[in-house]
Amino acid sequence: MENHFPIRRIMDENGNIINSDYEEKITEKLVKEFYRNMVRIRIFDRKAISLQRQGRIGTYAPYEGQEASQVGTAAALRENDWMFPTYRDHGAAMTFGHSLRNILLFWNGRNEGCVPPDGKKIFPPAIPIATQIPHAAGAAFAERKKGTANAAIAYFGDGATSEGDFHEGLNFASVFKAPVVFFNQNNQYAISVPFNKQMNSKTIAQKALAYDIPGVRIDGNDVFMVYFETLNALERARKGEGPTLIEAVTWRYGAHTTADDPSKYRDQSESSNRRQETDPILRLERWMKNMGRFDEKWVQTIEKKAADEIDKAIAEMEDFPPADPAVIFDHVFAEPTWQIKQQKEEYLKLIGGGQ
Amino acid sequence: MKTAVEAKTMTLVQAITDALDIMLNEKEEVLLLGEDIGKNGGVFRATDGLQAKYGEGRVIDTPLSEAGFVGAGIGMAVNGFLPVIEIQFLGFIYPAYEQIMTHASRIRMRTMGHFTVPMVIRAPYGAGVRAPEIHCDSTEAIFTHMPGIKVVCPSSPYDAKGLLIAAIEDPDPVLFLEPMRCYRSAKEEVPEGKYSIEIGKGNKLMEGDDVTVITWGAMVPEAMKAAELMKEKNTHCDVIDLRTLFPLDKDMIAESVQKTGRTVIVHEAHATGGVGNDVLAIINDTSFLYQKAPVERVTGFDAPVPYFGFEDHYLPTPARIQHAIEKVMKF
Repeated sequence: MENHFPIRRIMDENGNIINSDYEEKITEKLVKEFYRNMVRIRIFDRKAISLQRQGRIGTYAPYEGQEASQVGTAAALRENDWMFPTYRDHGAAMTFGHSLRNILLFWNGRNEGCVPPDGKKIFPPAIPIATQIPHAAGAAFAERKKGTANAAIAYFGDGATSEGDFHEGLNFASVFKAPVVFFNQNNQYAISVPFNKQMNSKTIAQKALAYDIPGVRIDGNDVFMVYFETLNALERARKGEGPTLIEAVTWRYGAHTTADDPSKYRDQSESSNRRQETDPILRLERWMKNMGRFDEKWVQTIEKKAADEIDKAIAEMEDFPPADPAVIFDHVFAEPTWQIKQQKEEYLKLIGGGQ
Repeated sequence: MKTAVEAKTMTLVQAITDALDIMLNEKEEVLLLGEDIGKNGGVFRATDGLQAKYGEGRVIDTPLSEAGFVGAGIGMAVNGFLPVIEIQFLGFIYPAYEQIMTHASRIRMRTMGHFTVPMVIRAPYGAGVRAPEIHCDSTEAIFTHMPGIKVVCPSSPYDAKGLLIAAIEDPDPVLFLEPMRCYRSAKEEVPEGKYSIEIGKGNKLMEGDDVTVITWGAMVPEAMKAAELMKEKNTHCDVIDLRTLFPLDKDMIAESVQKTGRTVIVHEAHATGGVGNDVLAIINDTSFLYQKAPVERVTGFDAPVPYFGFEDHYLPTPARIQHAIEKVMKF
């Protein structure tokens, strides 16, 4: 099966273009956008881990190593498309326009963190595994019924493809030709269970065969490949040709979450090697150097800009008004039930904030 | 209200079809999704003729996948549609349980109202129709426990129509339980055209000063039979059909039990963790000092709903209800 679904790439580890079909489409603007966004979300990720260590946010799910997959897909979306991320895809969400402050608020245990900016159709991160896949199928089906050219993308990991909701979502979307891209980040581990113990299938892309939809396997650390393949899948979706399953083969350097210790189940030297060899940002940097387009000064500028932006978001998160307990009660139903009204009133009275 | 000029005699299932027809006609956003609901009109014919009238784009036969179509329904609901999903039997809802519990119920809360799920899930439930195992479950309590979902359960054609219209117009997810036993067992005059019944309000079916009998769904006719028989023994019951299981009609329960001081709760679901216990809690909270006898519960047993060869033993009967009424009277 691996022969039927070879890992497609545009750029190799050394930053050489090995698929000339896309050469002309790789514009200066695109490269800068990819690089800037990957650096931005990496700085965010490292900063978030540090904030967790300092007790300034709660448990956090890092994604370092998966920047090309997250930035490449988000860059391919249009303004009115839908994004259904997991708890590990805030890099994609912020690239698509989510507010950094709100993403930090989410990790700091605040409902406000799930609210996307106005006009941005970004769903709250799915915490259960694979359950967002049918949502994306449904939202996309709704767009098709409305006759728009909008599409949806659902993110999920390798473990998610073992869940029923993955299969039910793909089946539903393929039956109704829903304009949705199922984007799998195969980072090789579902917490501690490696890919070869998660499934007997050799690839995830092959699972598309069962639904008679295109399944492609790509190098998830090659931002060009991720971007152009997502763009292709979105174009098919917009034309009414239905869903696509993309398997982006990648690697996460760090832990599943900040509460996890990957050294218990994974040889960490593999992660160090990958940092040297397949790192998505390093690879783009090598390409830029090969092309004579690497500008140290510009890199310093964007790094500084990203760090400032993130510091500002952290300050906004920390200056955010303290949690108002009324929020617990106010959004359960459109109109609170008598139970909620009574419990709210009694509790607020007890804590001295009575209404 | 029941004496509307234009009325038609209907069974409960016909009243459901009528409500769906009215809402499909009124709002383009209303869509029906489910297994076999199109050409086949649903296994109970609740959607009979609707696909022919509104087309395959509005009355949609889905693949056999409860999590898939409930999950997709959530995606459609957050994207502007009003999906009405049919689960063939409540006992088949469990594969979709995660979607209902972890998403439908809490998207409003998680996003502070930015995304909402105005979705209805219809599910026939209950024993007494000689159905195979799993088809007869009455597990409403596992849904009333989860904040963010309303649970509605009509017992008559009139209520079924009015409550289903209200459920479709409700901005929150509603689980709409249809007692299979009542689908065709009785007919009544149902007004033509649109009307709705407020979710969260019970219905007093009989007035009496001695005992309050509180029930819903398929147990309503049984409770009414028992109450009629008790009249002959000069015991007069207030019979309340709750109609909504979450949120419960606290005021109606309190008003009645304060008048009678004696209560019998009847439901076919298992006793432990059942909705009857929430009724008991309301009585405790609102009317403790009015009680003249401990509250009696007549319920299904804490055993899986048995194969239909045994279901007459499992289901509360008028005789069991009468026995409980006599017990609270004699205390």
